[in-house]
Amino acid sequence: MIAALLLIRSTSADVLPDNRADVFYSKYSGGGMDITGYSATARAKITENFAVEANYFIDKVSGASVDILSQASVMKDERKQKSGTIEYLHDKTTYTASYMSSVERDYISDTASFALSQDMFGDLTTVSLAFANTKNKVGENNGTANDPNVAWLGHSLTRAYSGGVSQIITKNFIAGVNLQVITDAGLLANPYRSIRFLDGSTRGYGLGSQVYPETHTSTAVQVQGKYYLPYRAAVTALYRYYTDTFGVIGNTYEIDYTHPVRNRWIFEGRVRYYKQNSATFYSDLYPFAGSQNFTARDQNLAAQDNTTIGAKVTYAFLPDGWKFFKRGTVTLDASRIRFNYRDFRDIKDFGVPAYSPGAEPLYQFNANIFQAFVSMYF
Amino acid sequence: MPSTSTFIKRCAMAAIVVASTAFAAGGDASGPAPAFTLTSLAGQPSGLNAYKGQVVMVNFWATWCGPCQQEMPLLDQMYKKYKPAGFTLIGVNVDKEAPAVKQLLERKPVSFPVLLDPANQVSKAYHVDEMPSSVIIDRKGQIRYIHRGYKPGDENDYQDRIRQLIRE
Amino acid sequence: MLMSGAVLGTLLLSSACSIQPWVKPYERDRLADPIMAWDRDAISSAYLDHVRESREGSRGATGGAGGGCGCN
Repeated sequence: MIAALLLIRSTSADVLPDNRADVFYSKYSGGGMDITGYSATARAKITENFAVEANYFIDKVSGASVDILSQASVMKDERKQKSGTIEYLHDKTTYTASYMSSVERDYISDTASFALSQDMFGDLTTVSLAFANTKNKVGENNGTANDPNVAWLGHSLTRAYSGGVSQIITKNFIAGVNLQVITDAGLLANPYRSIRFLDGSTRGYGLGSQVYPETHTSTAVQVQGKYYLPYRAAVTALYRYYTDTFGVIGNTYEIDYTHPVRNRWIFEGRVRYYKQNSATFYSDLYPFAGSQNFTARDQNLAAQDNTTIGAKVTYAFLPDGWKFFKRGTVTLDASRIRFNYRDFRDIKDFGVPAYSPGAEPLYQFNANIFQAFVSMYF
Repeated sequence: MPSTSTFIKRCAMAAIVVASTAFAAGGDASGPAPAFTLTSLAGQPSGLNAYKGQVVMVNFWATWCGPCQQEMPLLDQMYKKYKPAGFTLIGVNVDKEAPAVKQLLERKPVSFPVLLDPANQVSKAYHVDEMPSSVIIDRKGQIRYIHRGYKPGDENDYQDRIRQLIRE
Repeated sequence: MLMSGAVLGTLLLSSACSIQPWVKPYERDRLADPIMAWDRDAISSAYLDHVRESREGSRGATGGAGGGCGCN
C-alpha cells in the first residue's frame, strides 16, 4: 500500500559503474510496527557501453500502526518487489530504462521509467531528465492476516517528471539541483485509515472513511552540495522544499559527514530534520459526520516534524580483491528517527475512553532502522 | 557589435562544434611536441629528448581513472611489440601523490617508462582535456595524433597510427 | 515544460560558449574519490527514501548525478 516510485538515484555519464552484487537485510521497528526486508541486487556490464541490473526485494510487515491500533486489528503482510534496469552509454550520454513490479496481497504496483543523463562543458556539468509511469491497484483485506479476504477497490496512476543539473564548482566541490513534479489520479486514500468525528456516542466519536480528491500534484526541489575536506573526508548538505495540491508544505534539511580510513574503512554520520504542516482537508477529529467534502486522518498528511540521527560503517574485507572480485565490503547502517505530531492524537484505547475526544496526547514515537549488506565488486 | 540574434546563432553553432569535436575520440593534430623533463618513480630524470628520432606515444594517466587502468596492459603489449622498430611509450602520471602510483605499479607492473607530473605542468603544456589522453609524436618531434579517452578496441587505432609513423 | 526548461538552460549555458572547463580532467582526483559520489550505495539510500515516503507527506527530488573522474 505504499507508493512504489522507482528512484533512479544517481548516474554518471562518463563511464558505466563497476559490476557489483549486494545482499541486503533491513529492519524497521517503531510505532508498533516491525518490518524486515531482504534484498539481492546484481549489476553487470555486458559490453563497455551496455549494462543490466536486477533487484529483488521482500518486505515482511508485522504489527500494527497506531491507526490500526485504534481499530484493534493486527497486520501481517508481505511485499515482493522485482525490478530490472538496462543502461546504455553512448559518447557522453547515458540512457536508462527500468521496470519495477511491487506486489502485496492488497496492493499491486507497476512502474516503467526512462532517464537520460548528459555530460557537458568539459564533463563539469551533468544534466538529467527522467520520466516514470506507475499503475496501482488498490484493495482492502476484509478478512484477517491468516484468513484474508481482499476486495479490490480501484486504481490510481502516478506520473513523475524529473530534471536535475549537477555542476562541478571547484576540484573540491560539486553542487546539484533536482526538480520533480509528480501527479497522481484515481483512488489515492489508504483504505485502512479512518477519520473520526464527534457524534455524542459513549466513546464520543464515530469512525468514517477518508475521502481524498481524485487528483494530486506535487512539486519538490532539492539543492545539495558536497565538499572534499583537505584531510580526505567529505561533507554533504542538502535542502528540499516540497509543496502539493493537498496543501502540504515540507522542508527537509540534512547534513552528512563521510570519513574514510585508508583503503579499509568508511565512517559516515548523518543528521536530518524534516517539518511539514497538515493537508488542508486533514483533521484529527471532525466536528460532525459530513462536515467536509474531503477528509483525511492519515499520519502522512498530519502536521509533523521528525529528526533522524544515523551512522554507517563500511569495512572492506577484500580491499584489493580476490580472484575475479575487485573488492568486497560489508556495511552496517543504523538510524533513529524521532517523530512528533502536532495534530495527530494517540488513540490507543478503543472502547472505554481514557481521554475525552480531542484531548488525547499528541502522538510521538521513535523508529529504529537497521541495515546490513555485503557488496562484492567484480 | 553583432546583434543578439546573430550572437545566439554563433554561440549555438560554436557549442555544437565544440560539443561534436569533444565527442570525437581522436583527432589529427599538429605542432611541435613541447619538450619536458620529469622524474621517474625511482627519482631518475627523463624526458622527450631522450627519445629523439623515435616515434613516441605520451600517455597521460592516473591511479583514480578506471579507463586508464584498463588500457595499461594493452599499452604494455604494444610497447614491447614495437620497441625494436623504434617506438617508445612514456606514461605520464598526473597523481598528486606518488605512494598510490608506486602501490599500483607494484601490483600491476609495466615495462615502459613512467614519469611523474604531480604539478601538472606537462599536462597543461599538452592541453590535456580528457583522461586518459594519448599523444602520438613522429620521429621529427611533431605531434601527429591525439586520442582522448579509452574504450576497448582503441588499441587497434593506436597501433595503426604507430605503424604508419614508423614507416615514415 | 521540463524539456523546454532543459533546452533553455543548455542554450543559456552555451551563451558563455568560449569558457574552457576550469577544473581540468587531470585535477579530478578528489572528485573521483568514492567518498565524493552522491550515492555510494543506491540500494541503502533507496530503502531509506522508501521508509521516509511512507511516513512523510513529501516525496521526490532525491538523488544526484555527475561528478566522478570524467574519464572518457
